[in-house]
Amino acid sequence: MLENVKHVVLVLSGKGGVGKSSVSVQLALTLARAGKKVGVLDIDLTGPNIPRMFNVEEEKVHQAPGGWIPVKVGDLGSAGDGVGSIECMSLGFLLRDRGDSVVWRGPKKTAMVRQFLTDVLWGDVDYLLVDTPPGTSDEHISLAEQLRSVSPDGAIVVTTPQAISTADVCKELNFCKKVGLDILGVIENMSGFVCPHCSTCTNIFSSGGGAVMAEQFGVDFFGAVPIDPAFNLMLERQKETTDEVGLLQRYGESKLFPVFEGITEKLLAKTEKAVANGSGNGEGG
Amino acid sequence: MVILKVPVASEDVPQPSGAAPKLVAPEPEHCPGPESQQAGKMDACAGCPNQQICATAPKGPDLDIPLIQARMATVAHKLLILSGKGGVGKSTFTTMLAYAFAQSPKTQVGVCDIDICGPSIPRMMGAENESIHSSSSGWSPVYVADNLGIMSIQFMLPNQDDAIIWRGPKKNGLIKQFLKDVEWGDLDFLLIDTPPGTSDEHLSINSYLKGSGVDGAVVVTTPQEVSLLDVRKEIDFCRKAGIKVLGIVENMSGFVCPNCEGESQIFHATTGGGRALATEMGIPFLGAVPLDPRIGIACDYGESFFDAYPESPACEGLMNIIKGLRGQVGLPPSQDGVEEMDES
Ligand SMILES: Nc1ncnc2c1ncn2[C@@H]1O[C@H](COP(=O)(O)OP(=O)(O)O)[C@@H](O)[C@H]1O
Ligand SMILES: Nc1ncnc2c1ncn2[C@@H]1O[C@H](COP(=O)(O)OP(=O)(O)O)[C@@H](O)[C@H]1O
Ligand code: SF4
Ligand SMILES: [Mg+2]
Ligand SMILES: [Mg+2]
Ligand SMILES: [Zn+2]
Repeated sequence: MLENVKHVVLVLSGKGGVGKSSVSVQLALTLARAGKKVGVLDIDLTGPNIPRMFNVEEEKVHQAPGGWIPVKVGDLGSAGDGVGSIECMSLGFLLRDRGDSVVWRGPKKTAMVRQFLTDVLWGDVDYLLVDTPPGTSDEHISLAEQLRSVSPDGAIVVTTPQAISTADVCKELNFCKKVGLDILGVIENMSGFVCPHCSTCTNIFSSGGGAVMAEQFGVDFFGAVPIDPAFNLMLERQKETTDEVGLLQRYGESKLFPVFEGITEKLLAKTEKAVANGSGNGEGG
Repeated sequence: MVILKVPVASEDVPQPSGAAPKLVAPEPEHCPGPESQQAGKMDACAGCPNQQICATAPKGPDLDIPLIQARMATVAHKLLILSGKGGVGKSTFTTMLAYAFAQSPKTQVGVCDIDICGPSIPRMMGAENESIHSSSSGWSPVYVADNLGIMSIQFMLPNQDDAIIWRGPKKNGLIKQFLKDVEWGDLDFLLIDTPPGTSDEHLSINSYLKGSGVDGAVVVTTPQEVSLLDVRKEIDFCRKAGIKVLGIVENMSGFVCPNCEGESQIFHATTGGGRALATEMGIPFLGAVPLDPRIGIACDYGESFFDAYPESPACEGLMNIIKGLRGQVGLPPSQDGVEEMDES
């Protein structure tokens, strides 16, 4: 399982809508800009958002002998030399209609998660990012169980600053501890919004909750990501833009890119070091 | 190369089912559900250690359903608050709706939080340190006002931050208890706050309440397509499950800077937002609530935003939504008609 994958990083949160998928996408873009080959596995079965965010909604997954071929994010464009690649897998690709609901109880979800972990023919992947649904239920239990044999690098836990969110995310941190999943770091997303008219920063969803939570749990804080409506628009407008500028280059101009460069640096420092010490997933597990 | 078939089939929404038999092993992946009519007889059951048990278990109706119906007989209106997407404000809206209904002392309101892994209602209502008491006739809800009682798994946790690492059947069992064992009493409204998605919790609440008459669901979304995408699925689920969609509420639409009053779109409605989705689906659009940092603060501190900022645009938006919603469930636009007369 996951023979060609060097590092496995889970993106988790106890709370929905905090930006797990957006963070997964931005980690993928930043890692690819740094020359890494990235895989993104979307195991949010009832709310798969990765295909839309990478503008590959129309793509279908193909079956080859031995498994499924993931979808390549094609329109990355060139952002200079040494650019990596992104491929992804999502239940979204398996639906007949994008509006179709997937109404599955636990056992079926468990089976799908297992299949996603065992049957996808990833190319050589440096980082496999696993985007997850909120909560601590079937998908998460299965994920933790299935991944035990490949010893994943750990989890990045996303929260928004307000207490309603950190309260649920604390549960997720406890889940990680229970199942023995390393917490690589906490990201506070949607931390403050700078008004484009007057440049005043308003903490629409409060601020600072993520850092406080990280401290409480004695885990690393990877950074605070501000609210940037332009990032959403950039993703949404991929379809309309016809110029040659690819997603990687466009993201390089985003206000959020420097923030994610910092976060990725911390991620790389932690995970590559682990490999040097021989405790990571290693070269092909 | 083969393009894969659709993994979704509408028969995934099971009909109201019987009680689950005691199993000797976990259900395998394609299990039709040990409580279902087909239990023990499907292809998936071949070789399953439970097959004997499932096949011979009485397939009569779930004996708990009449008990749920008895509890629910004293509840006039049952509303589900749903969304395919997380963090769009389901719990916030549930809370505000509850406070709004409960403004009239004659109206009895209950809130049942079936978000088992991410319960928010107790904190939003300032009751996170409460616990549940039980009497001979059942569990009593936690009352945050004389006429407003709530029930949530959060009240049952030894430590606030405990993770609830449960698979489906355990969640379903607790949801059933919330309906069957809680002394809801005479209620005008029972609001049911749900987790995002379309899975065990949603299937269960639907099958448990089917015989008791649910008014329908309010579907909450935010304006951007990533959210609408998931919300479409929720509406598709409602159709398959036979739940009436009372209307769509768009939350977090637009933000007015408190400093310069300039407006910004945080979650751009690139595809027309909740209103366009409502039109597309032929569902009433109930209204929109803007982003207001004070809503988040009120939620964090368990205060009623309604009482604190009655003049805010967010409150105004909410009042409009509530009016529309009351119409959808066949009630006059305001609590008892008296308030409207007072104003004139
Ligand atoms: N930093 C940010 N600034 C602006 N919008 C954001 C930001 N992070 C996330 N969003 C938007 O918020 C919504 C929810 O984020 P998403 O990644 O889908 O959350 P989750 O995967 O946790 O449910 C999406 O529409 C996303 O584009
Ligand atoms: N209109 C709004 N303006 C500002 N914050 C909001 C608004 N609606 C909800 N929130 C905040 O957003 C977060 C997510 O809302 P919540 O009700 O918990 O969503 P859900 O139950 O759908 O996961 C909460 O912290 C809540 O306080
Ligand atoms: S016998 Fe069939 S219904 Fe019963 S647990 Fe096994 S697969 Fe499920
Ligand atoms: Mg997501
Ligand atoms: Mg909620
Ligand atoms: Zn301003």
